[in-house]
Order: sequence, then C-alpha cells, then structure tokens
Amino acid sequence: MSALLEVKNVTKRFFGFTALGDVNVTIQAGDRIGLIGPNGSGKTTLINCVSGVFKPEVGTIRFLGDDISSLAPHRRAKKGLARTFQIPRPFSSMSVEDNLMVPLEYVVHDLIDLTNETAVYDEARELLRRVRLDDRKGAFANDLSQVELRKLELARAIAARPQLLICDEAMAGLATKEVNEILDILLDLNASGITIVMVEHIMQAVMRFSKRIICLSAGRVISDGAPAEVMAHPDVRRAYLGS
Amino acid sequence: MFSFELLFEAVVFGLLVGCFYAAISLGLSIAFGLLDVPHIAHAAFLVLAAYMTFLLGSYGLDPLVAAVLIVIPFFFFGVLVYRFYYEAFEKRGADAGVRGIAFFFGIAFLVQVFLSMKFGLDQRTVSAPYIGRSLELGDMRIPWRLIVVLCVAIALTVGLKLYLSKTFQGRAIRAVAQDAWALRIVGANPVLTKQWAFGIATAAAAIGGALLIIVSPVEPSLDRVYIGRTFCVVVLAGLGSMSGTLVAGLILGVIESLVLTMFGASWAPAVAYGLLLLVLAIRPQGLFRQ
Amino acid sequence: MKRGTIPFWVFAALLPAAAYGLPILGMNEYYFYISYIVLQYVVLATAWNILGGYAGYVNFGTGAFFGAGAYAALVVMLLFEAPLVVQIAVAALVGALMGLGAGLLTLRLKGIFFSIATIAVAIIIETFVLNWRFVGGATGVQIIRGPVTYGFETHTRMLFFVMSVLAVASLVIARYIETSWLGRGLQALRDAEVAAECSGVPTLRLKLIACAVSGALMAAAGAPLPLYSSFVEPHSVFSLNYSVMALSMAVIGGMARWWGPALGAVLIASSQQFAAFASPEFHLLIVGLLLIFVVIAAPGGLVGVIQWVGNWRVSRKEINRSASVVK
Repeated sequence: MSALLEVKNVTKRFFGFTALGDVNVTIQAGDRIGLIGPNGSGKTTLINCVSGVFKPEVGTIRFLGDDISSLAPHRRAKKGLARTFQIPRPFSSMSVEDNLMVPLEYVVHDLIDLTNETAVYDEARELLRRVRLDDRKGAFANDLSQVELRKLELARAIAARPQLLICDEAMAGLATKEVNEILDILLDLNASGITIVMVEHIMQAVMRFSKRIICLSAGRVISDGAPAEVMAHPDVRRAYLGS
Repeated sequence: MFSFELLFEAVVFGLLVGCFYAAISLGLSIAFGLLDVPHIAHAAFLVLAAYMTFLLGSYGLDPLVAAVLIVIPFFFFGVLVYRFYYEAFEKRGADAGVRGIAFFFGIAFLVQVFLSMKFGLDQRTVSAPYIGRSLELGDMRIPWRLIVVLCVAIALTVGLKLYLSKTFQGRAIRAVAQDAWALRIVGANPVLTKQWAFGIATAAAAIGGALLIIVSPVEPSLDRVYIGRTFCVVVLAGLGSMSGTLVAGLILGVIESLVLTMFGASWAPAVAYGLLLLVLAIRPQGLFRQ
Repeated sequence: MKRGTIPFWVFAALLPAAAYGLPILGMNEYYFYISYIVLQYVVLATAWNILGGYAGYVNFGTGAFFGAGAYAALVVMLLFEAPLVVQIAVAALVGALMGLGAGLLTLRLKGIFFSIATIAVAIIIETFVLNWRFVGGATGVQIIRGPVTYGFETHTRMLFFVMSVLAVASLVIARYIETSWLGRGLQALRDAEVAAECSGVPTLRLKLIACAVSGALMAAAGAPLPLYSSFVEPHSVFSLNYSVMALSMAVIGGMARWWGPALGAVLIASSQQFAAFASPEFHLLIVGLLLIFVVIAAPGGLVGVIQWVGNWRVSRKEINRSASVVK
C-alpha cells in the first residue's frame, strides 16, 4: 500500500530566501504526527505547499499515490486533504452552520443529498457536536470567542470528510483547559479514522498527542521519529535552546 | 517626419512632465504605499488644492506662495480624514475591503461636487510671471512653468526622503509600514503615527495641487485624469519608495511623451494605464523593491 | 421551494407586461423617457453587485462595459442592420468576453489593485474607440432610426419595454446566483479567499463567472443606447459616472441581497431625474453624503435597515405572544 502523503525533495524559495530546502516527509494513514520547529523554520510554508496555497519550485507531493503537485487547493480538498489556519479565517458574514455549508456544498455534494435540507443541517449539527460547538450553531462567526473560532476551523475542515487533516497551531494563545479540550477533540477525530498532522509550539500538547514527531529547522527536516527519540536529538535541542 | 531633434525634444519634455507626475504622486506613495490606505481620493485632494491655490491667487498671491500657505490646513485635513477612516474601519477590523474603497470613493465624489457647486464647471487658471513664458535654448522652447515644477518636484522628493530616513517621526512612519507591533515596543503610538503620516501625505498633495494648476487649467472632474497616473507611478515605483516615485514618474513622462510624438495625442491616455496593467500583471511589487 | 419564490415570479412577469400595457393609459412620453434611464441603472447596479457585492471585488469599469455594449450594438447595426434583439445579444456576448478577459488579467490582484486595474482597462478600451474611425472616433456617430416595430407607437416606448425586460432578466440572474451554490461560494471567497479555496471552492472559476455575467449584463444595458439617443459619442458613453452611480446605488441599496441595488437604483435614479430641473449638484451632494453615511453607519444599506425593522417587529410580536401565553 502506498503512503497517504509523500513529500519528496520539496524546495520553496521567496525572493532568494530558501524557506524549505529539499524536504522529504512520508505519512502513513491513521498516524498522529506533531510537526515542530522554531519560528520561521518553515512549518507553515510546508503546510501551504501541501495544501496547494504555494507551489514549490522543486519536488513532488503525492497523496494516496497520485501526484497532486500541480493541483489547485480546491482540487486537493476534494481528494481528502483539509487544513486549518493559524489565525482563524472564518466566513465572517455567515452563521456557524452556514460556514460548514461551504465545504458540504463544494466537496461532499455527491455524497449527500443537498436538496434535502434537514439531512444537510443534521450533518452540520453532527459535525458541530464532534468539535463540541453545537450550542453555537446559529451564532455569527464574528461573535465567537478564540477557542470557539478554533473549533469552527476544525469543524469546517472535517466537513469536507478529509483523510488527512493538517492543523496549523490550533491551540496557540488558549488557556490550559481549552488546550486540553482541543486536544481531546483531535484525539477523537483521529480515533474516527482521520490522519492528523499537528503544528504546535505547546510541547506538552505535542508530547501527549503525537505518535511521531517531525522537527524542522531553517527549512530542513532535522529529526523525524518517535517523540522521545526526537526530543533527545542534539540538533533539536540546539534548534530550540539556541545553544 | 521623424528626426533626432524631435526625439530629443520629446525626451526632454517627457522628463519635465515626469517630474510633475512624480510630484503629484508622492502623497499617494505615503498614503497607499506606506500606510496601505486605499486612498482613491488622492487625485481629488490634488484638484481641491489646485482650487485653493486658485482662490488665493485671486487675491494676487503667487501660486507657489499659496502652496506654502495651504500646506498646513491640508495637513490637518488629512489628519482628520485618517482619524475618521480609522474610527470607522481600521479600529473595528483589519480589512475594510469594499467599504474602505467606497468610503474614499465617496470622499472624492464629495470633493468634486463641492468644487462644482462653489466654482462652477468652467476651467480655472492662475497667473504668475513664469506661466506663459518660455526659456529658449537654441531651437527648443522650454516653458518656465515646467522648470518651476522640476525644481519643486526635486525639492519635495529630497525633502520627503530625508524626512523619512533621518527624523524620528519619519523612521516611525516607515516602521509602522513594516510592523505596527514592533513600533509599539519602541514607544510610539501606531495610530498617531499613521495619522501624522496621512497628514504629511495630504500636505504633499497640497503642493502637488498647486503644481497642477501651474501646469494646466483645472476643472472639478480633473481628478479622473490623474487617478490612474498617480497610482501607476506609485505601483511602478514599488510601494512607498520616494526616490523610486521620482524615477517612475520620469519613466511614465518619457514614455507618454514619446507616444504623443510618434502616434499622436489621442493615444497618449492609454499609455499610463497600459503601463500600469503591465506592471500589475508582471511585477506587482514594483520595479524598485527587492 | 423557498419562501417568496412565487411572488417573485409573479412580479417578474408583471413588470414587462405593465411596461407593455402602460401606453394604453396615455401616459406622457416624457415618463417613458426617464423611466428607461431608471431601469438602465437597475441593470447596471444589479450587474455591478454580482462582482462587487457578492464577490467583494470593486469594479470601476462599469462605463467601459456599458460603452462597449453600446458600440457593439452600433457596429452590428451599421454593418448588418441587425435588429435590436440581435444587437443586445451581441453586446452581451462582447461584455461577457470582456469580463472574462479583464478577469483573467486582473482577478489575481487583491482589493484596491483590482479596482485600479479596472480603471486602466476602461481607459484603454475608451482610447481604442476614440481612435476607431469606423464608429466616428472622438466625434461619435449620428444614427438614423428606422421605423418603429413590434406594434409600439414610439421608439421610446419600445425601448422602455426592452429595458424593463433586461431589468427583470438581471434581477432573475442575480437572485439565482445569490440563492444557488454560486452565491455561497462567492460569499465565502469574499470573506476569506484562501480559506474558501481550501474548503473546496474553485475561487478563480467563480470569480470569472461573476465577471463574465456582470460584464454581459452591463453591456446589454448599453446596447439599446444608440437607438435611444440616436447619437453615440465615446466620452459620455464611457464616462466614469456610470461606475460612480452603479457603486453608490448598490452600496446605498444594500449589497447583500439581489433587490438592494435595484432599490438603490430606483430611488437614486428617479430622484436624479426630478432633481435635474432644480439642482443636479445638490442631488449628487446628497448621494455622496448618503454613500459615506451608509458605508460607515449602516453597512447593510437600505436592505439592512428594512431587515432590521422587520426583525424588530417579529421579535416584538413574539414577546407579545409569549406575554399573552403567560397570562
């Protein structure tokens, strides 16, 4: 069986500055991966290359065995690749429920009957229940709190029924209790069969969540393996502690 | 038809007109280039300033003296407009989007209506010793008013460049363009800094407006002619670069003048806009930015 | 079927029927003359809103599309003596192609850059027409109108009917876009373009569709102009005034619903016709002030105000009802 996601020799430059240099990452279905690295190490750039927001100059990206390197982001979303944003980007003029209608209408329209409004809204409610946001379904995205916005990001991402979910710092700036809540949601989602890559700075959360950790530094993968192994790696310690 | 002298003359005139284009674009370069404000009303401010120069001129004041006099009221006018814009949009959310553009569009609209109510639709001119006379260099006649414009444009560019790079306020303005948060750390208020900078931008537009009426007669709807030209210069220059603005103005002036000489006046308006589209399509970050 | 669907179609059928039947009532010719202009602005504002309101891309080139439509109609009229229906169809096609072309060229630009690019496209097209001898260059062309056809008494009455059909067509199209998958996708990309793309919305394709539809409608609105004024001249036809008006009408009427721009157009264009005798400048002043006021204080425009009042009345009713239940 081929890997779920295969990033091969990916290089991305901005105005001569190398943001990613020859990155190779392979992800198997079902895994829980923590993607770590200091600020500016290329984590978000890597996510943007995988989701199609950026096009790398060199390298290929394969998803379920298919080369998706030249596909637009919305094509990748249809193939089962979803992501969230570091700074939440809700559709702010819509209600929470209607936010979910966007991926429901554009990605999974052949799986559910869109003319059956009750079925669609049931689906939306179920999605909100999974991220524990069902009490806010009618609220406008503008009125949500930070943690609720993060949950909305997650709900909108999983509404597209992805196989791979990439979360870009879904917990940054949240209180400990809220971090644990998001972590529980992510673990539940993974248990339901979604492979998750989590970009995170909060090490406690990364250690609790990850079965495998990938560490980036200055645009390169410096360590990749079991959590304890990666954290003990001298290069990782140097990148983080700067010594 | 085509001769070397003609070409040479076209280039000289292009450079002079280019200086004028640069001078009227400097304010926009600050407001749009540095502050990221969708300042559609800049050209309307130019025309407003031109009419104020005309008004003072009717009391016998030289347009250049009038320019100096209106700089201060225009500075405060700019401060006021930015404050209004800030309270209405920037304070509430990061991106004003369509509404921000519509706001400045409305301001431009009001300025135009105000001018046509107050001054009518007739063309207005000013008089000064240097308007209507020419400097004769061999076969070439260079209007004195363009030489005056050249001097003012260079003085304004150098002045703004020095202001932005040497003074604390100027550096703060450039810093706010990069990162408002970093600015707060060094102890300057980003909102007040932007407000001040928009005042400077409007003051620069005041001088640009005086040059406008020195160069050609004005009418209330003249801003439409200059919206495209000023944005073309600012985008071509790379947002927020003062010396880049001068060079971009010169490029536009020369190309326009060459097209005028070779293909006739009816094709000239398309030049600035064609150039603008080309830059937007190929190099939206401008020519003079890394 | 959604609520309001049946009344909508009844209205859509009644407006042209009324436009056809009105002459029987013996109304003054002048009213047809000015109502044509009002309906023309209904089409322009509705068309502008498809790109500006739904997708959030401010087009300053309304005049370019309108003018291109007028000139396209003029050219097929001069070359083939094509009937008005064909003129409108050709104009719409030209407008759609122009929209696609301009869209491909400029839609990768964000916000204000897009708006400036549309001004540029407008001026370039105007410059080409100015230099085009066949259509009279800068001086324009005088048209000799043929006999009135289709059983109308005058040209003005016929064109008024035609424009009412175009107005209804544009409302039907805008309403369809708003309530279909297209509308939600455009709204999503207006709110957060990258997030919409990553949620499966083909943003570029949607924007191109919006551009083409909007351009086609604007051009169609310009197509009857040569017959209407029997004289076409580039400066007034390509005027930035059309952009100013379309934007103001859509913003003041309300950009979120299909009937907002139409409401704005009817109010502003008809008051403009009456103000034409008294003080046109004063009318523009009011429009300008209203535009700024709406943008700052009532972003939903008139639509927002009407909905707000409606909600307030509904919630009052509910309070009364629950109060009576308690009793």
